Amino acid sequence: MSDDLQQLYQQIILDHAKERHGAGLLDHDGAGNQGQSHQLNPVCGDEITLRAVLVDNTLTSVSWDGAGCAISMSSASVLTDLVVGEDRDRVMDLVDEFRTVMRSRGRVPADEEVLGDAAALAGVSKYPARVKCAMLAWVALEEALLAANQ
Amino acid sequence: MSIPSAPHHPLSNTEVQRIRNDFPILDTEVNSRPLIYLDSGATSQNPLSVLEAEQEFYEQRNSAVHRGAHTLAVEATDAYEAARETIAAFVGAAVDEIVWTSNATEALNLVAYSFSNASVGRGGPAAERFVLGPDDEIVVTEMEHHANLIPWQELAARTGATLRWIPVDDDGALRLEDAAAIIGPATRVVAFTHASNVLGTINPVAELVAMARQHGALTVLDACQSVPHLPVDVHALGVDFMAFSGHKMLGPTGIGALYGSAELLNAMPPFLTGGSMITTVTMERAEYLEAPARFEAGTQRISQAIALAAAANYLTETGMHRVQDWEETLGRQLVEGLSQLPGIRVLGPAAGTERIGLAAFDVEGVHAHDVGQYLDHAGIAVRVGHHCAQPLHRRLGLTATTRASTYLYNTSDEVDAFLAAVANVRPFFGVK
Repeated sequence: MSDDLQQLYQQIILDHAKERHGAGLLDHDGAGNQGQSHQLNPVCGDEITLRAVLVDNTLTSVSWDGAGCAISMSSASVLTDLVVGEDRDRVMDLVDEFRTVMRSRGRVPADEEVLGDAAALAGVSKYPARVKCAMLAWVALEEALLAANQ
Repeated sequence: MSIPSAPHHPLSNTEVQRIRNDFPILDTEVNSRPLIYLDSGATSQNPLSVLEAEQEFYEQRNSAVHRGAHTLAVEATDAYEAARETIAAFVGAAVDEIVWTSNATEALNLVAYSFSNASVGRGGPAAERFVLGPDDEIVVTEMEHHANLIPWQELAARTGATLRWIPVDDDGALRLEDAAAIIGPATRVVAFTHASNVLGTINPVAELVAMARQHGALTVLDACQSVPHLPVDVHALGVDFMAFSGHKMLGPTGIGALYGSAELLNAMPPFLTGGSMITTVTMERAEYLEAPARFEAGTQRISQAIALAAAANYLTETGMHRVQDWEETLGRQLVEGLSQLPGIRVLGPAAGTERIGLAAFDVEGVHAHDVGQYLDHAGIAVRVGHHCAQPLHRRLGLTATTRASTYLYNTSDEVDAFLAAVANVRPFFGVK
């Protein structure tokens, strides 16, 4: 298979799709505020339930339960690696940064220094039908953070 | 009107190559590879004769039908009504038994809303057989496309009737023994698909119609996957209503049809109301035309109807028996080929059972979206997802599958190329 497809499904993506960092919802131990969000892509049935815990404005835990394609599941995994331990505003900035790359149709490069393994998903932006798969966990995190602040 | 006649010999790859010349889009390249279009179950491609019929209408006859006395209006009306005759003949119906709709979804909603309108007293005593209430039951099947499920859910919710369904077994076949217990004296409507858009199975229409008739229930057939792919004689099937879409049978989008016996259609209160479906209108009320006009409010889908007739003629000239046989060959090749691949589960009955030329399958360890992406990269267009049949997928323990669906313009070489590509999916994604 040619480079295009390997660019989309980089080994790092396939690895995350299998290992799934953060998979398995964690019960909240009581410290800080917890928020949860459920997201569904009605086109393909991909879904995720994501839980986030904020302690003093720091995202201390992300856990999730999901079913879906390699893009959506790996995206949830790289997101977990990227954001745990960051403060809330920083997390929101990262979500915005990722969204900008995803919506760019390949025009905005992903900065690996900023996005970590999530930069490997940059190839998705050339496939508009798959952007929603990649964004699923990130939208869930945004909503979970909003819920945690209420 | 001359009725086209088809040759008798079976279709062959050589003849299909000639057929392909009539479909300009099949020369397209996708991702630098020749397009292999295996998504006709979702929408089919159009032969030149269909494209030309639509263009010719706009270039030479474009005008509103059934109004105006000028020459173009007369010609447009003639062509539009001739198209209805063609489609009626194509499915073995009388011309006044075919109502144009936007698609099968609208046709099914038309029937459901007519029941609904009758249930609030519209249509008077003539419409009594369409009146539903809390003691009544609507029966569908677990394999329905959402288009033949949700309109009935909504009708049940509006009227207080109960929605029941005939379950499928682990192979996706209808459990007829259960059907006999579900269809009973309270049943007023039995709505079911002729051929499953996911499983490819052809349902036992005669048995279901007999069960419904025994209890005086009306039958509604979703023929979206049968009318394009096999010879259908609606009177022989014995159903009361039948819906199908034009874009799945080589026609344009935006046109479909509802079959109903003239007697039933004329007793049903209208669904959409407005211009061209009335006799006398006062400020207080209106009288309605007979069917089919009473169900065709507003300016109609004229070019689409004319183009759909060209599609039906194309199919008739090719020969629906030959189309059916060719797709059966391709379908067998699909199911047998997929069944031999490791980690592939084909939905529906095993190879050897009668089915239309499609196969939906699950690739163990690889999500359908990823399968579709891989195949698209090889120039192969398939459908991925739940194919608008979420309950059926849930019943089979799946959320999404990949579906390859053939038509008269597909070759066995294309099916081979598809099978070779599917064989590479699991290795590509590192699934052992």
